[in-house]
Formats: sequence, C-alpha cells, structure tokens
Amino acid sequence: MQRHFDRDIEDIKDLLLRMGAMVEDAITQSIRALLERDTPLAEEVIANDGRIDQMELEIDRRTLELIAKMQPAAVDLRFVAAIMKITPELERIADLAQDVCERVIELNREPPLKPMHAIPRLAQDAQTMVRQALDAFVRGDAVLARKVITQDDSVDQQTEQSFRELLTYMLEDPRNISRAIRLTFVGKYFERMADGATNVCEMVVYLVEGKMIKHTPVTQSS
Amino acid sequence: MASIDMDVSPATPKAAPPVVPESKPPAQETPLKIRVANFDFYYGAVKALHGISLDIPERQVTAFIGPSGCGKSTFIRSINRMNDIIPDAHGEGTIEIDGRNIYAPGTDVVALRRRVGMVFQKSNPFPKSIYDNIAYGLRIGGVHDKRRITEVVERSLIRSALWDEVKDRLHTSALTLSGGQQQRLCIARALAVDPEILLMDEPASALDPIATTKIEELIWDLKINYTIVIVTHNMQQAARVSDRTAFFMLGRLVEYADTKTIFMNPKEKMTEDYVTGRFG
Repeated sequence: MQRHFDRDIEDIKDLLLRMGAMVEDAITQSIRALLERDTPLAEEVIANDGRIDQMELEIDRRTLELIAKMQPAAVDLRFVAAIMKITPELERIADLAQDVCERVIELNREPPLKPMHAIPRLAQDAQTMVRQALDAFVRGDAVLARKVITQDDSVDQQTEQSFRELLTYMLEDPRNISRAIRLTFVGKYFERMADGATNVCEMVVYLVEGKMIKHTPVTQSS
Repeated sequence: MASIDMDVSPATPKAAPPVVPESKPPAQETPLKIRVANFDFYYGAVKALHGISLDIPERQVTAFIGPSGCGKSTFIRSINRMNDIIPDAHGEGTIEIDGRNIYAPGTDVVALRRRVGMVFQKSNPFPKSIYDNIAYGLRIGGVHDKRRITEVVERSLIRSALWDEVKDRLHTSALTLSGGQQQRLCIARALAVDPEILLMDEPASALDPIATTKIEELIWDLKINYTIVIVTHNMQQAARVSDRTAFFMLGRLVEYADTKTIFMNPKEKMTEDYVTGRFG
C-alpha cells in the first residue's frame, strides 16, 4: 500500500539528495580552486553556501512536520532519525568546503608555496568518501557504508603526512610559515569532511540494520 | 614546616568512564505472572488461535496489537476464561498463572475471574449508584461489613484516579458520569475485588484524547500493583503505555518483544509493515 507517508519520505529524501549534490559540488570546486589557485571560483563556493544552509532548514522543517503528523515507527522512525543526523553533517561538510575556499583566497595573495603532494590526494579521498556515503544512503547499502568508514583511518594518516610535509617547508624557511599553516588548516578541513562522511555512514547502518555503531570499532564485515 | 597531608594513594584509580549497560528486556528481570504454552482456541470447528506461546511478566504492561480479526481479543479473553460462555468454543494447551494451569479440570472459574479482572472497550456500569457499582463485587463475594465496603470503594476510586471527581456524589447514578469517568469507574469496580491481573480490551478506544490520556496515566500508576494486559488498536497507545508488545496476525503470534524493539527495530517484516501502517 502506497502511503501518504511514503510520498513525504520520498520528498525529503529527494531534498537531501539535492543538498548532497550541492555539497559534492562545493567540495569539487574547493579542490579545483585550491589546485588551480582560482580565487573567483573560491568566492563562488562561499557565496553558494547560503543555499545549502537554506536546504538544511527546509529538510529540518519537513522532518519535524513528519514526526508531528505521522508519528513514524520502525524503519520510518529510523529513516527520520537518520535524516536528522545526516543533514547537519552535510551542512558542516559544506562549511568546511567554504573554509577551504577562504584559505585559498588568502593563499592566492602570495606566490605558491611548493608543489604539494599529500593534500591533493587527501582531498580526493575525502571527496570520494563523501560521495560514497551519499551513495550508501541512496541505495540503503550498509556494506558500502561500512567500507567507507574503514577508509577514515587512511585519510587520518594522509592528514598527518601532509602536516609533516608542510612542517619541513616551515623549517626550511620561516617565510613559508604563514602559507604552510594555512595549508595545514586546509588538510584538517578535508580530514573533517571524511569524518563527516563516516558519521553519515554510521547513520546509514542504523537506518538499514537498526544497529547504532557510533563510537564502536567497525570492520567491514561486522 | 607543617606538611599538608594529601591523599595521593595510588590505590585510588581514576574514575573509569561510565559504561552504558546494554538494555535487556524487562521480562528477563521480573518474575513471570502468566505463561502461555502452545495455546489453540476454537470457535466450533474454526481455529482462531494457533499455538500461542508467550510469557507475561509480573507488574508490567503487556500490549497485544494486530489487525481486526487477528485473535488478540480472543486471546486476552482466554486469560480469564471469559470465552467459556461462548457455546462450542474451547481452548487447548496451557495458560498458567503463577505456575497453575487455569484450564486444568476443577479450576474454580469464579475465583479465577476475581484474580483476573477485566475492563472492556465500552464502559458498562450497572444502572446503580457509583458506590453500589463498586460494592457489587464485594457483596456477591460475601462481604457485608459496611465500613469495610466503604473503605474498598474509596481505595478503588483513588486507585482508578476517579475519587476527586466523584467523592461528593457517590450515591448518584453511575450513568450520570462522562464516558471517560464511566470507564475509570469500571476499572475501580474491577480493582475492588483485589485482582492480581487486569485485562483491558481496548479500554480507551471510545474515549476522547483527554480521557484517553487519563486512562493511560492510570495504567502507568496501576502497574506498580497489578500485571496489566491491554489490547489496543491504537499503536501509539501501545508504544506509550506498554513494556512488552505482542503482534498477532491471523491467529498467530508473529513477534513478541520489548515495546521499544517492536516500534524501533522489529525483527519480522510483517511486524514492521503493520507498525508503519503499510497494511492493517
């Protein structure tokens, strides 16, 4: 039986996916702005963040309305709980893309530091994790969600590696310090995006299996 | 120089982070009141219940849910043998209360029903005064001491949360009460004979939301002293008032678990479809 509730759920899911696509775009553009030193593009990402914020408010409003009117149970309840946890994660990831762009604008006022190795890889991996987290949500795929969660350690290691790389530049020449610190922040922002993707995946597992795996060690098979 | 004694004993370990205990179904912690094993019920040749087995814990609220005709009312009425009055109907299997099979030959059904009170969907007060409605069960049970009866009437009305509303008009007709008050009067009447178990068959389905809330609050209070079994069509009501929930379908028990499991993460697809309103 197609319920009125199912249509509401589909609408909210659709909104969340549109928000997810906007967040993915923000990440992609922030990486391009960083690698291509593109200040206008960085400014565009910052300007677009308000739309993502509005999307979050709209999803919150619809979800609360659904709880008040429909009193969801079982998988419906878990869906609503997952949406309410995933939406702020996405909004935070978009904020981090915006933070990257702010640092890009500052960095572009000075000459480029040196060819970077660790940060581009880290950025790509974080972006992939966010994309896969959204895929896992769309498909209700707890296996993929768990796989994404296990990738977080590798991103953490790359963050550490990028920090060491930048530290050597700082030790080489004190004039590198301000740019290297800004880039350290950038590395941290991407690492936090990967953390956000992990949190999204934890809620996907909860949605599908009813298991709360937050704050517990996860292996791909568990 | 005076030294300051400080307790730096290494034997005092730093407080460990609090460990959140795994929640366990209350049935495992509280004693059993009712044990049902392989219970079938027939209306003539029609089998209405198929091999029901479940344990109902003492002083907890157990809710039976399921679509119309699923057998939940037949089952609740089997717990005090109310179905005995239906011609050609009979049960097979066992229902034990405190370890004694109530379907064993020689069971005193009147005594059983004193221990297992029942409240129905439609309040059914006698066309008598509020006082006499409650005194009735005592009088037919052989209690004639007026002071004792008055004590029980007052205690029953207090327990059913009706006392404050009727204490000044105990001798007016029970039929002057509102629907919600009449239902609480019926609960008081059931409590007067001091039962251990209270069966409620959709006790609030004919009441407005405020009267319903009062009944639900009352159920919360009553479970301190009584084992309560409730049949309800209102799933939110089952979710609100019960500790354990049993889902019935076509005369079979599909799933029986902690209420929060049934409403958050049921194991059976059929239960999930029912509690989410996909059928019913």
